[in-house]
Order: sequence, then C-alpha cells, then structure tokens
Amino acid sequence: MTVKNRLTATCAAAALAAACLAAGTASAADLVISNWAGYMAPDIADTFKAATGLEIEVVNHATNEEVMGKLMASGGKGYDVVFVSSPFAEILNGQGLAEPIDKAAVPNLANLYPEAATLAYDPGNTFSVPYTWGTTGLCYRSDLVKDTPDSWLNLLQPADAIKGKTTMLATDRWLMAAGELAKGFSVNEKDPAKLEEVKNLLIEAKKTLLAYDDTTFYSKLVSGEASLVHAWDGWCNYGITENKDIKFVVPKEGSDLWIDTIVVLKSSEKKDAAMKFINFILDAKNHAWAAQNILYKVPNKAAMESLDKALSEQYPNMAMAPADLVKYELLRDLGTAQKDYSRIVSEIKAAN
Amino acid sequence: MNATFSSKLPGRIVLLLVFGFLYLPIAVLVLLSFNDSGLPTSWSGFSVRWYGALLANTDILRAAGNTFIVAIFATVISTVLGTLLALGMETRRRKSNGLEALAFAPMVIPDIVLAVALLTFFSRLGLAMGLHTIVISHVIFDLAFVCSVVRARLKHFDFSIVEASRDLGASGWTTFWRVTFPVLLPSIVAGALLAFTLSVDEFIIAFFTAGAGRSSITLPMQIYSMIRFGITPEVNALATIVMGVSATALLISQWLNRQQQVP
Amino acid sequence: MSLNATRPNLLAAPGVAWLVAFMVVPCLLVLSYAFFQRGVWGGVEYTVTLENFARVADPLYAKIFLNSARIALTATVIAILIAYPAAYAISRAPRMSQPILLFFAVLPFWSNYLIRTYAWIVLLNREGLINNLLRSLGYTGEPLSMLYTESAVITGLVYNYLPFVILAIYSTLSRLNPELMEASRDLGAGPVRTFLRVTLPLTLPGVAAGGVFVFVLSIGNFVTPALLGGGRFQMVGNLVYDQFLTANDWPFGAALGAALILTMIVLLLLQARATAHASGERKGEAAQ
Repeated sequence: MTVKNRLTATCAAAALAAACLAAGTASAADLVISNWAGYMAPDIADTFKAATGLEIEVVNHATNEEVMGKLMASGGKGYDVVFVSSPFAEILNGQGLAEPIDKAAVPNLANLYPEAATLAYDPGNTFSVPYTWGTTGLCYRSDLVKDTPDSWLNLLQPADAIKGKTTMLATDRWLMAAGELAKGFSVNEKDPAKLEEVKNLLIEAKKTLLAYDDTTFYSKLVSGEASLVHAWDGWCNYGITENKDIKFVVPKEGSDLWIDTIVVLKSSEKKDAAMKFINFILDAKNHAWAAQNILYKVPNKAAMESLDKALSEQYPNMAMAPADLVKYELLRDLGTAQKDYSRIVSEIKAAN
Repeated sequence: MNATFSSKLPGRIVLLLVFGFLYLPIAVLVLLSFNDSGLPTSWSGFSVRWYGALLANTDILRAAGNTFIVAIFATVISTVLGTLLALGMETRRRKSNGLEALAFAPMVIPDIVLAVALLTFFSRLGLAMGLHTIVISHVIFDLAFVCSVVRARLKHFDFSIVEASRDLGASGWTTFWRVTFPVLLPSIVAGALLAFTLSVDEFIIAFFTAGAGRSSITLPMQIYSMIRFGITPEVNALATIVMGVSATALLISQWLNRQQQVP
Repeated sequence: MSLNATRPNLLAAPGVAWLVAFMVVPCLLVLSYAFFQRGVWGGVEYTVTLENFARVADPLYAKIFLNSARIALTATVIAILIAYPAAYAISRAPRMSQPILLFFAVLPFWSNYLIRTYAWIVLLNREGLINNLLRSLGYTGEPLSMLYTESAVITGLVYNYLPFVILAIYSTLSRLNPELMEASRDLGAGPVRTFLRVTLPLTLPGVAAGGVFVFVLSIGNFVTPALLGGGRFQMVGNLVYDQFLTANDWPFGAALGAALILTMIVLLLLQARATAHASGERKGEAAQ
C-alpha cells in the first residue's frame, strides 16, 4: 500500500466512522424515561403503546446521585420522566427542573392512599407522584441471631456473637439515620452537638462491622457471611425469597419513611405524553406489578387491595398499613446542613 | 540445548504464576456464568440458562456492541494523537513544564470532574450527544496513556539515526515509516491495548456524555444500572463469550499467519 | 519538512488541541465553581467566596489524601515487582509469541470491572471458595477473614492495573539490545551488575510510566475500596465523587478536585525529573 492509498483509505474510514457514530443520536420515541433497572414491567413499552399509541424509551440509572448529577449538568435535556427518591425530587423542584403535575391529566391519582397525597416534601403531589414507599430497618438470619433484634443498638452495638457479621448502608443519609434513630433524634437533625454524638456512635459501630454495603447485603445474609444487616424492607424481601429464615424488623426506635417518586422534567417537550404515562403507571393493575414483582409496597390503594394475600404472608412487611408507615419521618433535603453531614460521613469512612 | 532450557525455565515459571494470578478470578467469573442462582456471591448449581437469557437480552447485546464501537474509535484516534504527541514532546529541545502537565492532567483529573465538565460543556454548546461524544471524552484520557507509554520508549531513542536517514536523502515520510515507526511499534501496540482496555471498562464519563437515549448505552452503564436488583450471571456469560471469542480469533489469525510463512 | 524547531510543535499540535478544547476548557469551567457558593438546593450560586478553599484545608482531607496515597503507593510497588519479571519474560519469549502473550495479559480486563471484583469477593469471602477449599483440606479453625481489609483493597488494585505496568515495562524492554547485555557480560559484569547498570536504567522510563498508571488509577478508584474494602477505606477520588454527587456540593467538589489535580501534577512532574535523572537521559537538561 502506498502512502497515498493509505491516506485515502484512512479518510474514507474516518468518514464512515463519523456517519456510524452520529447515527442514532436523536431518539425517535415520544418519551424518554429514566428508572432503576428492573423497577418497571419489562414489557411496559408495549403495554403503554397498546393503551395510548405512544412510544416510550426506558433508560436505566444505577443510583439517584448519578442521574441527578446528569440532570443538573445538562438542565434535564433529553429526559422527560425520571424516577428518583423523594429528597432528590425535592431538589429537582427547588432547582426549577420539575414540571407541575397536571392533575386533570392524571385521574388515577385518585387510586393513591390519602396518606400518599399529603407527604411533607410535596403535599398534594404538586411536582411528584409516589411510586413505592417503605421503611429502613434490620434484616437478619433468625437461625443465626440468638435474640430477636428490636433496636438499632443491636446493629450499632452488636452482641459479641455477631460482631464482624453486620453490615450498614453506605449512602450518607441512611448511614446517619441509623445513628440518629438510635439516639432518638430526627433523621433530619441539624444540631451540631447532636450530630457529634451520632458521629461518635457510628465511628464506634464501624469497628464491629463486616462492611458498608448498599447493594449485596442480602446475598451476604444468604451465604451466611453476615447475620444482621441494615436494609431497606423491599430489598430484604429478596433475601427472604432465597432463604425463609431471613426476617425483617423495624426497630422500636422507628425508621425513616423512604419514597421513590416519579417526576416530569420542565425541559420535556412531551409533557402531555408524560402525564399520560404517570396516569398509566397509577392504574391499579400496572402499579400492582411493582408490588408483586419487586416486592416493594406501593402507595396505591386499589393496587394493594388487588394483591394476593399469600404475598403478605410470605413477606410480612408488605402488609404494613399506610397509617403506620406515615408515622415515620421522611428524609428531607438538608439545605446548607448537607455540608456538615458530608464532612461527618467522610470522617466516619476515614476512621479506623 | 540444556543451557537454553535452564535459562528459559525461570521465565516460564514467572509467566505461569503471573498468568495464574490474572486468570484466577476469571476462572471464577466463568464458573459463575453457569451458576443457577442470580446471586453474584453464592453458588447454587450448574445451569446454562444465563446464556439463553443473554441471547434474548437485546439491551445487553446492543450495549456490548456500542462499547466495542466506542472503544475501537477511541483507541484509533488516541493512538494516533498520543503517538504524535509523544514524538513532539520527546523531540523538543527544551522541556516545557506546561506541556508535561497537560499530558499528565487527563490521568489525574478525577473522573467525576471530567464527566460533569464535559456534560456541562456539551450542553452549553448545544451539541447532540451520543456515542460520538463518548468517543471524544474517552480519547482525552486514552491519549494521555498512549503518549506516556510511547514516550517511555522514546527516552533512549537515538534521534541521530533519523537525521542520518534524512541526510541520506530519505523523505520525512519514508524516514518515519522505515526508521522511527518500527522502533516505536511495540510501544504503539502496548499503548493501543491499554487505551482499548481502559475505554471498554469506563463507566462514569460514558454515563454523563452519552446523552439521554437508549441508543448510546454502553456495557458498563448497563451493568452498573443492574446493581440495585443484583447483577445477573448474564453479564458473566457475556464476558465469557467476549473473552472466548477474542482469544479464539487471535489464535486462529496467528495460526493462519504461520501457515503462510511456512509454505 | 526538516527537523527544525517547529516540527515537534506540529507533531504535538493535534493532541494538544484535543486536550485544550475538550479537557482544559470544560474543566476550567467546572473548577471555577470553587470560587462560588453552593446554592440552597445544590447547584451553584454565583456569589464569590473563598470558603471552599478554607474547607479543603481541613486536616481531615489531608489525612484521607495521605492514607489513600499510602495504599496506592503500596499497590504500585507490588505491581511493579510482579510486572517487571513478567514483562522481562515476555520480552525474552520468541518474537512471534510476544504480542500473543501481551494480548492474553490484557484479555481478562475486557470483561467488566464490577464482575471481576465480584469474582474476587467469591474467592475471598468468609464463606468463599478459598475458605471452602481450606475446609475440605481439613482446616478446622475459624474461616479466614481476607475480605474487607486493606490487603484486599491492595490485591484488587494490583490485580486490575498489573497489565498496564506489564505493557509499559515491556514497551521499553523489548528494545533492549541483547548484544548490549552480552557485551556487558563479556566485559566481566555479572548478571546482577548487568541488570543494575544496563537493563534497569534503560527500562526505568517504562517502570516509571507503569508506576504512574497504577498510582493515579488507584488513588482515583472507588469501586475496589467500596466492594473489596467494604467501604471502610476511602480513596480521594471517592471524596470528590461524593461532593459532586452525594452531597450535591459542586463548589466544594471543584475546590477539592482542583487541589487534588494540582498536588498530583506537581508529584508527577517531580517524578518525571527524578526518573530522567536516574535513567541518565542524554537529552533534556544534560544536552543544554
């Protein structure tokens, strides 16, 4: 090959490459929806199209934090609907990125429990719609833990027999909440003196931990590597599926109330379609899919009532009444106190 | 005969041990691709069902295709630019700290800073995002690694042979292809392998610069998004296939090569 | 074209242009947030302040930096000690098989970081393969706790970056002229002396490049400390990541990021000087 031929070939290849890369940048779908993988029915695109004639494209994010970073840096461009936990929905609204929910276009809001329409971060569901909700507590192997755990201190100051066999959630708000609840403080505590106490408690607790774990804690229970873990209720259910000896308990000091929500972005050019999508999700049958398959409680009265009784026998936390659920405190955006939280969490993680 | 054998033996033992270390977790990963349970960390019986699930999973297959496209383009561009940059830096008479810092910077900028910076930048420019913006972004760090490897080789390169070749009347191109390039080739190959490997595995920058749609999801993005509900052994099955196919393709091409050379 | 002063600049131009357009400009844009305040809802409020730099000066962050530098440095030294003999053995293999060996050294890394790390967990955990193997061999004591320790983090880092060091060292070794070493031996130098006086100085740039790879990639890594270290160890890369994404505090993340980038660049420039000096480069300062 001569040099000239080589150059021509290179140029041709480059042109072809550019064409190949540029293809498929614009989305042909009516709606782009970002959700955690596996958090909606896999055939949702087909059923939604059959019901409304609209095309949707579902993309996945791994964590709230990542999709939030992306939405903030890009102003939300390209996305129409996102699923995020409530403190993040609150931030999206605070930053002016969330579109008000058009109540008239979402008649299925009537399916929600009354408790789900008066949540403190968004009373009246003005900018967000709750999709799933639940508690954070202790998930444990009843065959390996001697006394039934009932307190956060069972996790933070474990009995000798389970030292080195406990895990805690690593995400800063839930990590802090465990200490705050144990001390009887608010999960949104801002008083530096109280936060100092929580920090010291959590640094002591670190010495008895196997690991911080947000993702594989239930498989650690199944393998027997851990016997008591800090867990979200719905996630503990996956462990229960694998091993009947696994149980979930909300400690007597209480829990936080976590809520995963649906938000429509202000930058969306397909807001009508987005509202139709929310309405579709809130349909009793579609919303019940989440309860049956991902084993999370949904705040949809019609959907919960349609569930088979056997489900709540196998997973007792599924039966928790909304009135009991909303007794727990919601995680709220901390505003400027976030700085104190992140420093404390860094200090805990750096402690040895 | 005996002498060459004994002088080769320590080398073979070293290679055996190092490759043993490199492939130990790979053996586990392959084993897990046949694990019946979906849990990543416990074994519950042999099954090929994850291979079936993989073939039916168009999302993962498309993501794997996208990853390959991105890695190939990023590798080609960064290998060319990185090699040229290395040549430029090493043939300069005077060292420039600014240039050195610029070449080091992509390696030390935290991924998240680069990711947020690029997304902010591309959005302000109003640029449509997709695989091409991932390529642009990956070239940044890939080229720094290629440049670094090629420069290491150039450190003791005797540039007087380049001048000698030109004094003998060879053109710049001829000198490059006949003199400089053959010397650089091993480091270019090493740099390209490095760039490809880095690009294939990169997650956070790709996630930020991919745009919103499904069409530009890469494999690491797909896999990380599975974290919440557990990464199923489909991914192990895919990795097993990717490594199996790559290894087979290489060995076949080598074998064909040898057949040609030995008539 | 002639080998004059403009040609090096011309060669470097495309790469430099790429880096300036796509790295320097965007990063300066984001790093400039360091001079502003975090908004109430996160984001950036354009009120000038130096508060973020004052927060970076907190000894906590210096402690985290030093601790992660120590872990990264340990991983670097171990990786070099393993990679050097491996690269040496590859460079002594028949020429035809050298590229194949290199290829097989990187092939494991075309799988995925996350699942490779899970594979290590399966091997090392208390109910894992190694402990089960020990048990079936008749070991009856407490299972070994190998996971969620600093050694597990270092093992993971060495494992993942080892091939990069092999590649870098190989790229300088393969140009070593065997005749040079024979000459050295003929002149009466023993193998150790030949290695120290001839081989090592010539390959030092490769060792340095590979070492830099492990160090910078390790210090910025957050998957390995989170999974193999059980989140008990924090690397600085993680710290910056948390500020941007978890705390939603971009101005402070920018200040921390800028401090990290500057520290690392200064360290790397010093390292480059030292390497050039130790390997006895003929160019650069010596020539002037």
